[in-house]
Amino acid sequence: MNLLEVQDLKKHYPIRAGLLQREVGRVRAVDGVSFHIAKGETLALVGESGCGKTTVSRCILRALTVTSGAIRFAAKEGEFVDLATLPKRQVRPLRRHIQMIFQDPYASLNPRMLVGDIIAEPLKVNGVPAAERRDRVTELLELVQMPPGARSRFPHAFSGGQRQRVGIARALALNPKLVVADEPVSALDVSVQAQIINLLLDLQDRLGLSMLFVAHDLSVVRHVSDRVAVMYVGRIVEVAPTDALYRAPLHPYTEALLAAVPAPDPARRGHRRIAQGDVADPANPPPGCAFHPRCPYAIDRCRVDRPELTPVSDGRWVSCHRAEELDLAGVR
Amino acid sequence: MSAAALAPPISVAEDRYAQATQLQLTWWRFRRHKLAVISLFVIALFYGVAIFADFLAASDPHATDARRSFIPPQGIHLFDANGFNPHVYGLRGARNPRTFQLAYTPDPTRKLPVRMFTRGYAYDLFGFIETDIHLFGVEGGRPGESIFLLGTDQLGRDLYSRMMVATRVSLFIGLAGVTLSLFLGVLLGGISGLYGGWVDMFIQRVIELLRSVPTIPLWMGLAAALPRTWSVLQVYFAITVIISLIGWTDLARVVRGRFLALREEDFVIAAELSGASQGRIIFRHMLPSFASHVIAATSLALPAMIISETSLSFLGLGLRPPAVSWGILLQDAQNIQVLSGAPWLLSAAVPVTLVILAFNFFGDGLRDAADPYG
Repeated sequence: MNLLEVQDLKKHYPIRAGLLQREVGRVRAVDGVSFHIAKGETLALVGESGCGKTTVSRCILRALTVTSGAIRFAAKEGEFVDLATLPKRQVRPLRRHIQMIFQDPYASLNPRMLVGDIIAEPLKVNGVPAAERRDRVTELLELVQMPPGARSRFPHAFSGGQRQRVGIARALALNPKLVVADEPVSALDVSVQAQIINLLLDLQDRLGLSMLFVAHDLSVVRHVSDRVAVMYVGRIVEVAPTDALYRAPLHPYTEALLAAVPAPDPARRGHRRIAQGDVADPANPPPGCAFHPRCPYAIDRCRVDRPELTPVSDGRWVSCHRAEELDLAGVR
Repeated sequence: MSAAALAPPISVAEDRYAQATQLQLTWWRFRRHKLAVISLFVIALFYGVAIFADFLAASDPHATDARRSFIPPQGIHLFDANGFNPHVYGLRGARNPRTFQLAYTPDPTRKLPVRMFTRGYAYDLFGFIETDIHLFGVEGGRPGESIFLLGTDQLGRDLYSRMMVATRVSLFIGLAGVTLSLFLGVLLGGISGLYGGWVDMFIQRVIELLRSVPTIPLWMGLAAALPRTWSVLQVYFAITVIISLIGWTDLARVVRGRFLALREEDFVIAAELSGASQGRIIFRHMLPSFASHVIAATSLALPAMIISETSLSFLGLGLRPPAVSWGILLQDAQNIQVLSGAPWLLSAAVPVTLVILAFNFFGDGLRDAADPYG
């Protein structure tokens, strides 16, 4: 049962110049992205900075207007609505079903509100009576393992990790069907990252959360996600179940990302193929495969012909001309 | 990883910090800025003077008397042969036969005792309590004799008493002007920042246009347009409007900038995503976040207003006698001949300088303290 189906999602930003503000070009931040999330599943969306993963998540939340494509969301059992084309007024009642965990726990909590009020805000604006709100906040604080006294304090009294727990509690307040987590741990210390990851795992177990987990490196993703989608310059280059992807990546970019995962065994550090150069400019992507200038396996065909995302085996999709022939290094 | 392990140990001091509101945090930070705290007291003192102006005045600021023009500042003698007995000497005026100038010599034989809470001219305290009690004054003495702490002007009016009344006019015209600017600034800046697009474009260009007009000629034009037949009160109101016509642009820019910055702020997006209405987002999340900035900007705009009024009146374009303001007092000091004979007329510049400095230091301190999270 799919909860969310994204099809050929595009988000372009026009580049305007001159006195008449004529459109002289386009930043193709997201350029034809398709994926789905099943109920109770966690999909990780991974890629370097600027690849469009945050844009995808903001489109799903309709914090941005979509250029084209469909975002079908099962608001009721088996009944899909297209969030991409829905007028803004009709989006608001659906907001309670999709909630977000932010990257920066310092910016995402209003410093002028008590923690209790922050968590209760989604409840309040959705018309939950005060007494019920109070109980629910207590319950949520316990759920994210915060002391009950936290509710009467301001965010400035807490550390990054504790604030992120508050952010998670707020996201869960309305029992959303889908949680979009936009790099929820990348602003935290490594030791705290582990705590938050463990909390998310715990919540997946207890609440059966469905989650879109956006991350910029593969090291944290392995623990939380069922499947991984790798993005490069506005497109998905590979989708695979987590274990399969880590064991045997099919796209050279995935291999490069995996090589960047810190390995605890120094003996394995020898043969890493870390991608050279910078991410391509989405306003002016290279012809053919966008990854070819950085790809060690690129052939002439890659420079002219853009590969499409094609199914390979059970649940594995890749967009690479040489996917069949290459034997890429994964991690164990 | 239990809840107890994560609970920070709560001490009293820490708890005080954890539960401190924005206002408390701002105050704690403001307190550390010594100059700003002193300035706050100075400003409070000035507004105290403004409120109790007539009570503090010793003699009627409007009463003219040709026989006591250009009296130099008088000193108070605290002791005499009988011990503590504050008094001033009576004055003897005589024309200098060479220059024909009226010169005053103190007459030590006639002591005018200075007393607290004496009766003087009648006035309305706070505008509705009729009284004639003044903080201090002289007792006995012939009509027209009084105490002239800062001397008198050409028409024989007590400069000290006039300064008290002028403080009221000058400070409240600043306050009224800034209130009007604040209203215009927050409204237009808010619209500009919230709606963006061509509305923003239009308002910003209007602001640039207004700011590019040289202020003095603009004021001159507008002040010249005021009918001569208008009463003092009407002119007062019109001058306030003219001053705030320029003043709102700064505040509008501050407000617009804050709106633009906050619109992208994560906690505002979070509120939007939880389904909060536009009104709730603006009034619960955005306005409280920049209220302190607006207050700081306002306190920095106030001295500009006061200066504007003073310079307008000084140039004879603002308030007109019989109204009394700092600018009007300084008008008397325009003439170099008058000034060489009666330099004390320039003392009206002292409160102007003082209050402007105090407002600037106060505004600086407030701006630094305004964002305790920054």
